[in-house]
Amino acid sequence: MDSITKALMDIVGEDYVSNKTEELFTYSKDLGTSEPQWPDYVATPKTAEEVSRIIKLANEEKLAVVPLGGGLSLAGLALPLKGGITVDLKRMDRILKLNKIGRFIVVEAGISNGKVAAHLHKHAPDLMHSEPGAPAAATIGGNLAIHGQGDLAHPYGFNSDMVNGMEVVLPTGEICQFGSCALGNDWYTLHPLPDLQLFMGWSGCTGIITKVSLRLFPCKKNIEQDMFIVEDEKLIPKILYELTHVGMAEDLVAISQEIPPPFNRLHCILINLSGDSKEELEFKRKLIFDGKLTKYIQEGSGGIGAVGQRVERPQVTKTSDWRKGGGFEYVGAIVPVSFYPDCYRRGSEISQRHGIPYTVLGRVIGSGHGMMFSWTYAFNRADEDTVRHAREALHETDEMVLEMGGTLWKPAVFGQKLVMDRMDPNTLQMMKKVKHLLDPNGIMNPGNWEVA
Amino acid sequence: MALTQYKYMDVIHRCFRCGYCKFPQDWEDVDNCPSYARYRLESYSNGGRLWLIRAWMNGEIELSDHLADIVYSCVGCKNCEEKCPLSFSEDILNMVIAARNLMVEQGRVPAAVKKYLINVQLHGNPYGLASKKRSDWMEGLDLEPFKDQEYLYFVGSEGAYDSRAQFAGAALARLLQRAEVPFGVLGNDETDDGNEVEMLGEDGLMEMVAEKNICRFKALGVKKIITLSPHTYNAFKNIYPRFGGNFEVKHYSQLLPDLIKEGRILPPKLDNVSITYHDPCFLGRWNGEYKAPRKALQAIDGAHLIEMARNRKSALCCGGGSGNYYTDLLGGSEDSPARIRARQAHATGADILAVACPNCLTMLEDAVKVEGLEEKIKVKDIAELFERVVN
Repeated sequence: MDSITKALMDIVGEDYVSNKTEELFTYSKDLGTSEPQWPDYVATPKTAEEVSRIIKLANEEKLAVVPLGGGLSLAGLALPLKGGITVDLKRMDRILKLNKIGRFIVVEAGISNGKVAAHLHKHAPDLMHSEPGAPAAATIGGNLAIHGQGDLAHPYGFNSDMVNGMEVVLPTGEICQFGSCALGNDWYTLHPLPDLQLFMGWSGCTGIITKVSLRLFPCKKNIEQDMFIVEDEKLIPKILYELTHVGMAEDLVAISQEIPPPFNRLHCILINLSGDSKEELEFKRKLIFDGKLTKYIQEGSGGIGAVGQRVERPQVTKTSDWRKGGGFEYVGAIVPVSFYPDCYRRGSEISQRHGIPYTVLGRVIGSGHGMMFSWTYAFNRADEDTVRHAREALHETDEMVLEMGGTLWKPAVFGQKLVMDRMDPNTLQMMKKVKHLLDPNGIMNPGNWEVA
Repeated sequence: MALTQYKYMDVIHRCFRCGYCKFPQDWEDVDNCPSYARYRLESYSNGGRLWLIRAWMNGEIELSDHLADIVYSCVGCKNCEEKCPLSFSEDILNMVIAARNLMVEQGRVPAAVKKYLINVQLHGNPYGLASKKRSDWMEGLDLEPFKDQEYLYFVGSEGAYDSRAQFAGAALARLLQRAEVPFGVLGNDETDDGNEVEMLGEDGLMEMVAEKNICRFKALGVKKIITLSPHTYNAFKNIYPRFGGNFEVKHYSQLLPDLIKEGRILPPKLDNVSITYHDPCFLGRWNGEYKAPRKALQAIDGAHLIEMARNRKSALCCGGGSGNYYTDLLGGSEDSPARIRARQAHATGADILAVACPNCLTMLEDAVKVEGLEEKIKVKDIAELFERVVN
C-alpha cells in the first residue's frame, strides 16, 4: 500500500478510501459528454475535520483535491483534470438544526436535496427549500458551488441567495465560518458582515463547503401546475413580465421541445401555484388567468394547456433516455427574459444541425430580473457519433450564448475559457489573485476557472 | 477484450447514474441501497455497478477480485428497480445477474460465493453440512413425511440448518399442526431451493437444483407447498415454472389471516407489547406481499404494530439476500445494512422486531446483538410469535 493511501485511511478509515481501478474508473466518469479524467485516490470523509486533514495532506504532497457532491452538474466540474484525490462529500449528510420560527435549516453540505425535502416534509411540512431541477441526489453544497437555482427562483432568486451561513474548509486546511455563525451565534444570517463570499460559483476551486444554513420558505398545503401555451415565441417575454407583475406564482418556466411531437414548436409556460386553501389557489389562478392571460385566448394567440396538474418531483433523468442512450448534457445561461425568442430560435437551429431533438427551457429568476435558459442535447452513450454531436452542439451553444450577451452558468472548462477571454482584465486579475491567495499551491479542483 | 456474449449490451448503457436507485420512496436518504449504504462509494451503488459491468464488457477494465466483490455485493433487494424512473428499470437486477453468469463461467467469483455454490452442489445446502443432518430441526416434532397430504412444508436450507432459523422452522411446523393443516415434510430428502444460486448467477446449478426438486415433487404428487422462507417462495413461484415446475405455493404468512379467521389458530395474547415489522425483500418488493404478515400481527391480542419509517416498498433490506447471509460481503461495519435496520427498528420504540424470513431473522438478530440492543428489542419470526415462544 502506498503512503498516501495509508495516510488517507488514517484520516477517514480504511473502508472509505480507494485507489483501486474500479473506484478510480467510476469517479473518472461524468454523466455528460466530458472525456474521462482519472483520479489517483478517492476518499469519502465524514467530518469537516477529516476534509481539513485531507487538504493539509494534499498540500504537503502537492496533490490536487477535487470535491464531489452528487456529481450531477453534467459539465464535468468534479472531474479530476489533473488527477489527485477526489473527495466524495456525500457521507457528510447530517441535518444539524432546524429552526422553524427562524425559517432556516443547518445541514452538512454533502446532504442530498431529497433528504432535506423529506426531512422538512416530516418535521416542518409548512416549510420548504428551493429544490433544483436536478435529481434528488444532487447535494446542497454542490448546488451552491455552481450558483444553482431551484423551484423557488421566481419569488426568491438564486439558491446561493438563500444562504444564512456557511462553513468552508479553505485550500490550506483552515475551517472557516461565515455569517452570524462566525460570531458563535446561531446560523440566522450571512449579512451584514464584510463580504467574504468567495466560494459560491467557484466549483470548489477556492475551498470545500462543508456546512450550510439554508433559508426556508412557506410551503403551502396545496400545489398545482397550470400550463399556458403560445405559438409565437416573441410573446413569452411580455407574458412573463405580466405574470411576474402579479407575483402569484411559485415557479415560472417556459419550455419548448420537439418531443412529444404535438408540442413541437409550441411554447408552454408552466405556472406553479400554491395555496393553503382552495380559495387561495382559486384567487391566484383568477389573478393570473382572468387578469393576465384571458386576452391572449381572446385574440387567439394563446390557450390553456392544463390546469390543476399534480407537480411531479424533478424527473429530469428521463431526458437521458430520449435517445435510449443514458445521456444528456445542457448549456445553462443566465440571460434577460427578453432573450427568450432568440435563445429558442438559435438553440433549435443548433439542435437541428446536429440531428438532436431540440429542448429549450427558461426558468424565471426573481421578478423577471433574469432567466436561467438551458439548451439540452441528449445522446446515446453507446454511440460515439451522437456523443460527439452533443459535445459540438454544446460548444456552439456556449459561443452563441456569449455572442448574444448571455452569461454562461456552471460552464465546463471549454465555456470557462470563453468566459474568461471576454472578462474585464482587472476582474480577471482579481480572480487570479483571490485564487492564489487562498490556494497558494493550486491544489483545489485545478483546471477549472484557471486564469492564465 | 470485450465480452460480446453479454445479453444486456443493448440496454446497460442506458443507466444515467442519477442516483434515484439509492433512495426509499419518500427520499428520506441515499442509504436504501444496502451495498451503497455499507461502502458509500459510487462504485457500490447500482448505477456505479452497471457502469462498471459495461466497462468490463467493453474491455475498458479487467475482471478483478475487487470487481467481483462489487458485483456480488448487490443483495438483489430490488430497491433500485422500485426507484429508477427509466423504462428499463425492471432489468436492473437481471443486468447484474447476467454479469455474475459470466463471472461464474470464468470461475472468477469471490471465494465465499464459490464456497456457497460448491456447498449447494455437493451437500444440497450452502453451509456444507451433511445432508443426513438436514432433518435435525424436526427432532421431537413428530412430523410426517410427505405422502399425499394437501401440503408439502418446505423448510429450506436456513430453517433446516441455521441454529437460530431452526426455531422458526420448528415453530411453524407446530403452528401448522395446531391448525390441523394437513402437511408432510421431506426430511433428509429435502435439498436447497436454489433461489440464491439463481441470484449468484450459477445457471447450470440452478437448473440442476430446480429439476431435482421438481422431479421429486412430481414423483410424490406434490401440488401445494408452504414455505418458511420468502426466498424459497420466490424460487418455487417465479423460477421453477421455467423448468416445468408449476405448484401452488404459499409463504406461510399468507395462510395465517385465513387460519385466524377460521379459528384454527388462536392469536397469542401479549401484555401491551409493541411490534414493528420488517418486510423481507422476497416477500415484499419481489412478490408484492405486504398485507398478509401485517394482518396476522394486527390480530395479536395486547400488541400494537408500529411501522418503521421505511416500510413496504421502502423497507431497507437486512443485507442477507443473494447469499450474503453466508458470503457476508456487507458485514463488519456499523453501516452494514442489518445494523442500520436494527437501529431503525429500535427507533420505533418497539419491543419486538417481527420478521417473516429466516435470513432476516438471523441477520437482524445478530445485528441487534452487535448494536447492544438485545435487552431492548427482540427479533422474532411471526411463526414464533404465533407459537408463543416469546421470552
